[in-house]
Amino acid sequence: MDLNYTDEESAFQIEVRNFLAEKLPKQMSEKVRLGGDLTKAEMDEWHSILNDKGWLAQNWPKAFGGAEWDAVQRHIYEEEAALANAPRIIPFGLSMLAPVLQKFGSQEQCDHWLPRILSGEDWWCQGYSEPGAGSDLASLKTRAVREGDHYIVNGQKTWTTLGQHANMIFCLVRTDVDVKQQEGISFLLIDMNTPGIEVRPIVLLDGGAEVNEVWFTDVKVPVANLVGEENMGWTYAKYLLTHERTNIAGVGFSNAGLQAVKRIAKSELSAGKPLIENPHFAGRIAQVEIDLMAMSLSNLRIVSQAAKGGAPGLEASMLKVKGSIIRQEINDLARRAVGPYALPFASEAIEGANEAPFGPEYAAPVAAEYFNNRKLSIFGGSNEVQRQIIAKTTLGAMR
Amino acid sequence: MNFELTEERQMLQDTLRRFLADKYDVPTRNAILDSDSGMSAEIWAQLAELGIQGALFDEELGGFGGAGFDIAVVFEELGRAGVVEPVSETCLLGGGLIAALGTEAQKGLLESVIDGSTKIALAHSEPRSRYDLSRVETQYEDGKITGHKSMAMGAPNADFVIISARESGGNDDQNGISLFLVPASDLDMRTTPVMGGGVAADIYLDGLSVDDTMRLGSKGVAFPHLETVYAKAITAICAQTLGGMETATKLTIDYLQTRKQFGKPIGTFQALQHRLSDMLIELEQVRSAVIGAAGYLDADTYLRDRYVSAAKNLVGRAARLIAEEAIQMHGGIAMTQEYELAHIAKRVVMADHMFGDTDHHLERFIALSSV
Repeated sequence: MDLNYTDEESAFQIEVRNFLAEKLPKQMSEKVRLGGDLTKAEMDEWHSILNDKGWLAQNWPKAFGGAEWDAVQRHIYEEEAALANAPRIIPFGLSMLAPVLQKFGSQEQCDHWLPRILSGEDWWCQGYSEPGAGSDLASLKTRAVREGDHYIVNGQKTWTTLGQHANMIFCLVRTDVDVKQQEGISFLLIDMNTPGIEVRPIVLLDGGAEVNEVWFTDVKVPVANLVGEENMGWTYAKYLLTHERTNIAGVGFSNAGLQAVKRIAKSELSAGKPLIENPHFAGRIAQVEIDLMAMSLSNLRIVSQAAKGGAPGLEASMLKVKGSIIRQEINDLARRAVGPYALPFASEAIEGANEAPFGPEYAAPVAAEYFNNRKLSIFGGSNEVQRQIIAKTTLGAMR
Repeated sequence: MNFELTEERQMLQDTLRRFLADKYDVPTRNAILDSDSGMSAEIWAQLAELGIQGALFDEELGGFGGAGFDIAVVFEELGRAGVVEPVSETCLLGGGLIAALGTEAQKGLLESVIDGSTKIALAHSEPRSRYDLSRVETQYEDGKITGHKSMAMGAPNADFVIISARESGGNDDQNGISLFLVPASDLDMRTTPVMGGGVAADIYLDGLSVDDTMRLGSKGVAFPHLETVYAKAITAICAQTLGGMETATKLTIDYLQTRKQFGKPIGTFQALQHRLSDMLIELEQVRSAVIGAAGYLDADTYLRDRYVSAAKNLVGRAARLIAEEAIQMHGGIAMTQEYELAHIAKRVVMADHMFGDTDHHLERFIALSSV
């Protein structure tokens, strides 16, 4: 074991740092630092900057035009990106759909869709959850019936993140109702501009509208848009989840969040002294920082192992639970740190309207972020589902 | 970065794990715990034959290891089996101070530490020092030491005891602390068994005569060396506690699978499944915390102390959770002294009372963060 970077890794770290210093637009990093929401144009711009450098598809194999970074390289990028307040990479096409296409899609599908993900021509969203199928995803009801060269899709998806920007959606649909739930699901790629699709925004408790309902009424989807085999979608969905999870711990987000909390706690006063010197508050910061240091090492260890063929299932669930708890604790600390100025309900001000924020600028997003990130322990398999996976894997069948 | 054990350390781990599984079973350990000396001379000699003491010293000193990950590997296995023999006291604290400060003549003792014929202890803490490493009220003056040392782990079985005493400065000053290597037979000790295994002594120093051949290192400069051996001992006890928690978790898994109530294994109940999952999640955190401490043990002192204190804090919190949950999920059986879990649970919880507890190391981490 060796926790020091090799010479190559150190050189890579400098390369990443220089790249970010040079190419990350100032107004973009400033917006990220203050917790503002980026526009679609800004997200596209950042993707395009990364793509020009060959660093957009970090986990794709080189054969598909990816950077094929190992766990340590990804860790270095995440750390540097967090320090530089770089925007996050939107994962739906890049790290959710692409690995599925690369593993199970046809050559034609890879040749057609993958370059369009890199170029930003397609913006993908994920059609998994339904009003009646959340943690119990396999009970999904959106129906796809084959008629000649098409499937006719009817049903409803929900919690579709950034669906308002998307022109494509990858969906889990039911293609067989007469078999065990998991055995009648297929994986379909659907053009959002097809007649019969309606996107309705859901306003969340923080005032943001990042998620949507997507309704399907007699939507015609070419059979060519079926990924892999009919009724094998559950297998592909599970594969997707293991890939989605390489960044499941959110270490970069937590590092950035912790730095923000410390910055705020240095500015805010408590009994006339910087809040960061308040022993009780300092204790809470220190404890979450200690937890984060350990989880960051766990993440590196586990992802390194996974790259060597180890199974990430159980460990990914552990990272999901711990990672979400740590991020949520950091959000809670940020909310507390700003005191009464956490109270203004300021979502529109963050959105970029030129209105000055109410109170210190760092205070504006923290309460909203706290509420928004309650999602972390709910989505992608709730923490209870993760604990179930951990326990069942460990205990096995009991009689 | 690299997260694989070297082949040598993998072998060390396998060898020690097999030996302890074979020779340090629960009845053997319970007999050792019940014995007057609180340790087994036979096991001690066998550990030396396997090279365990040697694995904790570098080659220059006649060993074949001594790095952070050697410590982590050895103590995780000792912890897994609940070993109570004074390995840390003798090799990391005693041996570590002799290696750092000793004259050539004093270093000669290390050969007999490595071959298992000599045991050493450190008597540093005092009734009013709690976990403050620089607080030493015991005084050295005109060749005599006067004071009271408390809870010196392993001292009752040691051949030599290293005693800290102040030659200058106030009670809390880092400068002015000296060390003396004293034959244990010269000391007035009151001994006690320790909750969780091992034996300790309070040592009463009423003008104990020491000569200059007993002095370890120069006058008044021991403090940074105490910090260094404490960093190693903390890494060791964190690894040992990790091993103990692995055993506690394994016993709990076995129990959940086999114990039946209401007509089925209790592991089928979701209330218990989720709590087991939390134990496993914390165990993974502990493993990383130990790797962090071990991996930065030879780094600069800022990085070292940051990771060491982080580990001790995190391990202390996790140890309490895992010990308490393991006992709770076992129910009554875990309350009995002879059941394997009882000793392990006591050992992992009481580790928080050595080298600074969870709160102490949280405060130290905060102090380091504000530097």
